[in-house]
Amino acid sequence: MTTRAFQKIYTKIDNITKATVTLRASGVGNDELATVGGKLAQVVKIMGENVTLQVFAGTEGLQTDSEVVFHGEPPKLKVSDNLAGRFFNAYGEPLEGGEQIEGESREIGGPTVNPFKRKQPSELIATGIAGIDLNNTIVSGQKIPFFADPDQPYNAVMANVALRAKADKIILGGMGLTNDDFLYFKQVFENAGALDRIVSFVNTTENPPVERLLVPDMALTAAEYFAVDKGEKVLVLLTDMTLYADALAIVSNRMDQIPSKDSMPGSLYSDLAKIYEKAVQLPNGGSITIIAVTTLSGGDITHAIPDNTGYITEGQLFLRNDTDTGKVIVDPFRSLSRLKQLVIGKKTREDHPQVMNACVRLYADAANAKTKLENGFDLSDYDERALKFAHDYSEKLLSIDVNIDIEQMLDTAWKLFAEYFTKEEVAIKAELIEKYWKA
Amino acid sequence: MKTTGRVKGIIANIVIAQADGAVGQNEICFVHCGDTKMMAEVIKVIGDDAYVQVYDSTRGLKVGDKVEFEGHMLEATLAPGLLSRNYDGLQNDLEKMDGLFINRGSITEPIDFERLWDFKPLAAAGDKVTAASWLGEVQEQWVAHKIMVPFIMTGSYTVKSVAEAGQYKVTDTIAVVTDADGNDYDITMVQKWPVKQAVRCYDEKPRPYRVMETGVRAIDTFNPLAEGGTGFIPGPFGAGKTVLQHAISKQADADVIIIVACGERANEVVEIFAEFPELVDPRTGHKLMERTIIICNTSNMPVAAREASVYTGMTIGEYYRSMGLKVLVMADSTSRWAQALREMSNRLEELPGQDAFPMDLSAIISNFYSRAGLVRLNNGSTGSVTFLGTVSPAGGNLKEPVTESTKKAARCFYALSQGRADSKRYPAIDPIDSYSKYLEYPEIREYLDGHIEKDWVDLVYEGKTIVQRGKEANDQINILGDDGVPMEYHERFWKGELIDFVILQQDAFDEIDANCPLDRQKMMYKMVIDICHRDFEFNDFEECSQFFKSLINLFRQMNYSEWNSDKFNDYKGQIEKVVNDKAVK
Repeated sequence: MTTRAFQKIYTKIDNITKATVTLRASGVGNDELATVGGKLAQVVKIMGENVTLQVFAGTEGLQTDSEVVFHGEPPKLKVSDNLAGRFFNAYGEPLEGGEQIEGESREIGGPTVNPFKRKQPSELIATGIAGIDLNNTIVSGQKIPFFADPDQPYNAVMANVALRAKADKIILGGMGLTNDDFLYFKQVFENAGALDRIVSFVNTTENPPVERLLVPDMALTAAEYFAVDKGEKVLVLLTDMTLYADALAIVSNRMDQIPSKDSMPGSLYSDLAKIYEKAVQLPNGGSITIIAVTTLSGGDITHAIPDNTGYITEGQLFLRNDTDTGKVIVDPFRSLSRLKQLVIGKKTREDHPQVMNACVRLYADAANAKTKLENGFDLSDYDERALKFAHDYSEKLLSIDVNIDIEQMLDTAWKLFAEYFTKEEVAIKAELIEKYWKA
Repeated sequence: MKTTGRVKGIIANIVIAQADGAVGQNEICFVHCGDTKMMAEVIKVIGDDAYVQVYDSTRGLKVGDKVEFEGHMLEATLAPGLLSRNYDGLQNDLEKMDGLFINRGSITEPIDFERLWDFKPLAAAGDKVTAASWLGEVQEQWVAHKIMVPFIMTGSYTVKSVAEAGQYKVTDTIAVVTDADGNDYDITMVQKWPVKQAVRCYDEKPRPYRVMETGVRAIDTFNPLAEGGTGFIPGPFGAGKTVLQHAISKQADADVIIIVACGERANEVVEIFAEFPELVDPRTGHKLMERTIIICNTSNMPVAAREASVYTGMTIGEYYRSMGLKVLVMADSTSRWAQALREMSNRLEELPGQDAFPMDLSAIISNFYSRAGLVRLNNGSTGSVTFLGTVSPAGGNLKEPVTESTKKAARCFYALSQGRADSKRYPAIDPIDSYSKYLEYPEIREYLDGHIEKDWVDLVYEGKTIVQRGKEANDQINILGDDGVPMEYHERFWKGELIDFVILQQDAFDEIDANCPLDRQKMMYKMVIDICHRDFEFNDFEECSQFFKSLINLFRQMNYSEWNSDKFNDYKGQIEKVVNDKAVK
C-alpha cells in the first residue's frame, strides 16, 4: 500500500456514494487497486475518463479533495512458506503487527485450472464422523459446504474435521467471523499443536463488510501456492459464505444493478463458482479441498445463497438437531457427497455402498412411522422396529460426536440390521448378506 | 481493411469500443490487453460505439486499448477430426493448451491441419449438388465422415472434378464445383459455420417416428425419448441430474454424442475424461470416447463463452447429422446459459423480465430446441439430432422462467423430484409429473407396436395408472390409518410400489442394473404388469406388505443378475412360485 514517487496523485473526486467514488483519471486499468484518502479501493467501472472505484472500507469521511493514488496493479498476495502459522486481514497484511511476509507477489483471483489437466479426485478424507464418512464421504479436491442454522455448532464441527483430516496445510478464510469465533479457531488450532500448518485470513464483524470480498481469493491464492508449487494437500475452510454473498449484494446494490432472486446480484452463481471451483486434484499430487459454511435462515435451502451454492458444490452437509436423541446429527436425507462414489466400496469395504443406502432407506421408513404416530395411528410391528433402529442409528452413527473408523461404522450398521430387521427387509445383495450379516 | 476501434469504457466483461468503420451485430472482435488478444462479440451498437462482451477477464484493460473487428460471426470449424476432442465453449482444444492454468487469450486449433486422411470420392464429375451434398468420405474413428459441399454455398452446382482416392490434408482441394454462371469453387474438407444459425441444408424435417434407446427404464419404458426429439430434465440440486445424464451419454443408442458441460462443475467433466476412454460401447465394441465430443465451459470459466458453448455443440451436432448419423446433444445445464444471458442483459441495462431474466428468454430457448430434429437429407437418407438439456430451477421451484420456457419447447419432461431423491429412489424421475409427448404420436405408437409388441403404449399407460392409483391409495392410508382402509387399498398401494421399485428405480452404479436393454425392459415390465393383473387374498395388511416386500426383494436381485443367466432364471422361478402360491386362482 506504499505510494511510489512517480505516481500521479488526483485530488478531485466528482461523485461519492456510500461505497464508491468516481473521478476523472487516465491510463487506469480495470480491476486495478488505488488508495482513496488512505483507504484501499478497486476500479470497478471505466467510462471514458470517468473511473469508478469501490472503496472497501466504505466512503465515510472521504472528501471531494481526498488524495487518490492508483497502484497500477490488481490486488496481490506475497506467497512463501512463511505464510504458515500466520494470521492476516482481508488485504493480506499480518494481524497483530507481525512482520510483512517476503515472497513472490501473486495476483489474487487468477486464471482457472484447465479442466483437461485436472485429475479425478480419489483420495478419501476420513473425519471419524459417520454422518460424513459413512453416508457422505469426502474426497480430496472436493468442495462441500455445511448448511446450518446460525445456532448450530458448525464452526466447531469444521475445526474438528480440519484437524482430523490429515491435511498438509489448513487455510482459514473467515468472513464476518465474530471475534469470539476467531479466538475459538485460534485456540483449537493452538491446542492441537497445529498452528505451524495453518494460515488464516480473517475479516471479523468489526471490519467493514465489503472487505470480506477479498478473503476467499486471498485464502485460495495461498492455497494454490502450497498445492501447485509445493504439491501439498491443502484444506481450505471458508466461513461464513452467506456473509460473503451479503457483501456481494451490498456492492451490486450500490452499483445500481438490477437484483434477481432474494435481492442477490444476477451474477451470484458465477461469483460463488469462481471461488468453489478452485477446489482441485492436481496431477502433481497436490490438492485443494474446500469445506465451507453457508448459514441458512430457518433451514430454508430455497433461498438464493444456499440454492446457488448447492448447484456449485459437490454436495452439502446438513446439520440438524435430532429431537429423539437430543444430538446434533448430519441429516442423512438432505446431505449428499457427490464424489463419494469415487471411493466408497473401492477405497473402503465392498459393502459400504449398499449398507449406506439400506440404512437411509430404513431410516426413511422410520420417518414415515413417526408421521403415522403423530397422526394418531397404530404402528405395525415393522414400524416399531424401524423407530428403534432410527434411534440407535442416530445415536451411534449420525451424531457429530461419534469418532470411529469406517470399518467400525459398517460393523455397527450390520449389528443394527440384525438387531431390528430380517434379511429380506434390509434388501441388500445376497452375497453381501451372507458375508457380513451379524447373526 | 478490417475495422478497428479503441476501448472507451469497461464494465466487468462488457467493453465499449469506438469503431472507425462498419461493425456488424454479433461480429467477432479481438480486444488487445498488453500482449494478449481476447476474443469478444458485438452485442449492441449505438452510433460509433460497439458494445462487446469479452470471452475472458478484462482485468488490466485500459481506455484507448486497441480492438480489431474480424468481419464475421462466431464460427465453428467443421472437418474430420472433431470426434474424441475436448473443447472449450469457443472450440479451442483444451488438450493442446500449455500449462496447468488456462491463461487469458489462449487460442488453439480445433482440428489437426497436418494430419492426412484417406479420402474416397462419392460424387463424380457432372453430378448436380447443393449445400451438404456428399462429395466423398474419410474414415474418422469408426464413423464414415462425409465431406460435403459447404453449408454456406446456396444454390445448385455441378461437380467439375473430384479428387481421386488417396491421402489428403483437410485443407487440400478435394473437389471443384461450378455454379450456374460458370464460376468454379474449390472445396476442401474443412468448412466454417456461424454457430448461432441453424443448418437447414436438408430436404424436410418429418415428425420423429423412432425411439432412442437409453437403457434407463424410467425413460424407455415409461416416457420414451424419440430419435430427433427433445427432452429436458429439471431438478433441484442433489436430485441426480448429472448421474442421469452421464448414464444416458454412456448408454444411448447414438452414433455421435456431444456433451456440453455448460457452467457446471469441472470435476464432473474430469469424470468423463477419466471414464470414457476406458468404457466400451456395448453396441459397437468401440471405446465410448471415440464417439464423444466434449464442449466444456465449467462454472468458473468466462461467463460469455458459456452462451457460445451450447451453440457450438449444437452446430457440431447438425454437421454430423448431415452425414446421415444419429447424434445426441446433451447440455448440462441450460439454466447456466440462461443466467449468462441474464448477466449480459443486466450489464447492458436492459429492462428485465421475470426474475431479472431478459424478456426474450423464452424465444431464445425455443429457437434453440427447434434446431434438434430428425431430417431427411437431400439424398434421401435420414440423420438426427436429439437434444436433451437439464435445467436447474432456483430453489427446485418448477415455476421459474427457465423451466417454464423450456417446457414450452421440449417434448419430453423428466421431472426429478426432491422427495424421491430424499428417499433414495433413483433415478428420481417423478412417474406422475413426467411425460413424453411422443407416446401420443401415432408414428411412435406404430414403431413400438413393431419393435416391442402390439399395443405396447396401452400397456405403458396402464402401468402409469397403477402407479397413480398406488399413490392415491397411499394418501388414503396416511389419512385414515392402516386399519382404516379396505385391504384392497393396501394391495393397490403395493402394486404401485412394485412398479416403482422394479421398473422405475435403477441402480446407476451397478454394472448390470445400470444399463437395461429394451428386450430386458420388455420382459421385466410384462412380468410386473402380469402380477398387477392378478388378485391376491391377504389376511391383514401386514401380510400384504410382507408379501410384496419379499417379491420386490426377489425382483431387485433379478435386476442385479446377468440377463438370462442361471441366477436370473432362478429368481424368476422363485417369483413365479411365490406369486402362484398366493394368487387367487
